[in-house]
Amino acid sequence: MASKAEPVIRVRDLVVGFGDTTVLDRLSLGVYRGEILGLVGGSGSGKSVLMRTVIGLLPKRGGTVEVLGADQDKASESELRAVERRWGILFQQGALFSSLTALQNVQFPMREYLHISEELMDEVANAKLEMVGLSRADGVKFPAELSGGMTKRVALARALALDPEIVFLDEPTSGLDPIAAAEFDALIRTLQSTLGLTVFMVTHDLESLYLVCDRVAALADGKVVAEGPIASMLLSDHPWVKSYFSGERGKGLAQVAQAETRG
Amino acid sequence: MSATPSLNANLHDGRFALLASGSWTAVHAGELEAAIGRAADEVAKAGEVSIDMRDVAAFDTYGAWLLERLIRQRSGAGQQTGVVGLREEFQGLLQDVHTVNRKEEVPKAKRHGLFSTLGEFERVLTEQVRGFLPFLDMLGAICVAAARVIRRPRDFRFTSMVHQLDRVGWQATPIIVLITFLIGCIIAQQGFFHFRRFGAENYVVDMVGILILREIGVLLVTIMVAGRSGSSYTAELGSMKMREEIDALRTMGLDPVEVLILPRVLALIIAVPILTFLGSMAALYGGGLVAWLYDGMSPQIFIARLHEAITVTHFKVGIIKAPFMALVIGVVACAEGLQVKGSAESLGLQTTTSVVKSIFLVIVLDGLFAIFFASIGM
Repeated sequence: MASKAEPVIRVRDLVVGFGDTTVLDRLSLGVYRGEILGLVGGSGSGKSVLMRTVIGLLPKRGGTVEVLGADQDKASESELRAVERRWGILFQQGALFSSLTALQNVQFPMREYLHISEELMDEVANAKLEMVGLSRADGVKFPAELSGGMTKRVALARALALDPEIVFLDEPTSGLDPIAAAEFDALIRTLQSTLGLTVFMVTHDLESLYLVCDRVAALADGKVVAEGPIASMLLSDHPWVKSYFSGERGKGLAQVAQAETRG
Repeated sequence: MSATPSLNANLHDGRFALLASGSWTAVHAGELEAAIGRAADEVAKAGEVSIDMRDVAAFDTYGAWLLERLIRQRSGAGQQTGVVGLREEFQGLLQDVHTVNRKEEVPKAKRHGLFSTLGEFERVLTEQVRGFLPFLDMLGAICVAAARVIRRPRDFRFTSMVHQLDRVGWQATPIIVLITFLIGCIIAQQGFFHFRRFGAENYVVDMVGILILREIGVLLVTIMVAGRSGSSYTAELGSMKMREEIDALRTMGLDPVEVLILPRVLALIIAVPILTFLGSMAALYGGGLVAWLYDGMSPQIFIARLHEAITVTHFKVGIIKAPFMALVIGVVACAEGLQVKGSAESLGLQTTTSVVKSIFLVIVLDGLFAIFFASIGM
């Protein structure tokens, strides 16, 4: 499914820092079309910083970032705008507009970018909400009235509003109960296979990594220290990666995953 | 990729075939919707319709939903409708949208008639009146917290109060001194300009002195403080409420009123009289300056006349009001801050309300004080 020839996100020698600290130090990473990449790393290792730099929210000190063929430094303003329409972003806290209802939140990018009738906009937005597992009655609620899981779902629906090619997910399952997290994982899988999405996912959730991700990249010391399918993570020599994937929780899941592949 | 989508009707073998092509994606959804509308009209009379999707190059949720909608419409009109030639990888999407938008619309809110407008009016009015209840609540809570702190002075957040004092007192001083100075200048200039016509320049000093010390000084300062510090109290406490910081305090067994609100309100009560004093002095200085430059009244004469015109009573009248007005501003600002609900919009709304209500109450209070002082002969 993942054609290795075509990276949609290409990060080379990226350096990002704040003040005296360097968070990312000559980091390189490629994400290929149609795959789900999971980015792991300890707290403060710069996962979110990497994601925010790739989507252009944080300035970088050096290196290149290329998304969908557009180099962040060389591309013109309008080219970058065009790329922004082709990705969707799920922020950690949802970042829903609190003065708009759930449905209006989903319609917001459509209203800005597409010239379609109000009726079609309503129908597609409702379709999106239903695809992420919400009902029509939820559409009229305001973000303040939604639970944590529902907020994430609405935020995902909004990220998917324009049928993007890439979605960035910042800890999509954090703060969800295991059942909701599993549902969310399955949802991301389904959407990825039907819509052919490329997913760039920052996560702490080992289960998500095992069940959803095609490839995993581990971030430590400002670099990608291990990259590859989850099975290859267990073979890594890096101490942090070792303790992350071979810890008590990691081991248990690895056994389950092995049992599943055997059975 | 970016080929314009189309849907053309062909008649062959007595059945209509709709031939689709181009990319059925979000970017082209507008044109596609129109094209589908036209095609649907053409085949309106046919008994059987087949939609040939062989030439469709790109397909997403928008395309899938428009196709699904067309199928539902035609089937609903009693036509046999089928899709042929849709690529394998697009099939899943069509199945996904097959189940959506099946339920009835959520009924929209009814339009308002005359009665409901009146009802609305009544609701707003009672809400306005009830809107003042939280202030009493807050005043009570502050009194209780203050009583507790007096019994156990070690619990008082002294550092916090000093910090607030710096913010609402020290940092506010330059702007307040500047504005009161300018107002003092303006009052004196207007006084000279108009009093000159009937040769009453001497009384300008009386007017400036009494007006500034009794009313203008304290009112201007409190209005400035309400706009500057009251609003920041509301916004601060409001965003703390939004992020559940206040709930966190409460669950740790601390009283938010004691920890957050009492130091803030006390800081205001201390700062506002000082600011009033500084403001009044700046305004008198401005008045004196204008008298000298505009009317040629030397500073010595101005001071001598001022000495005759005003008494300590005038100064007392102004300065006694200041702490009460500070209390009103603090209570309103903190009470409104705690009313903030989850959204950013509500934060903005409460901040506005806080400023408007505290200025309103300050002016009402000033009126009450005027009556009070008049009746006790001050």
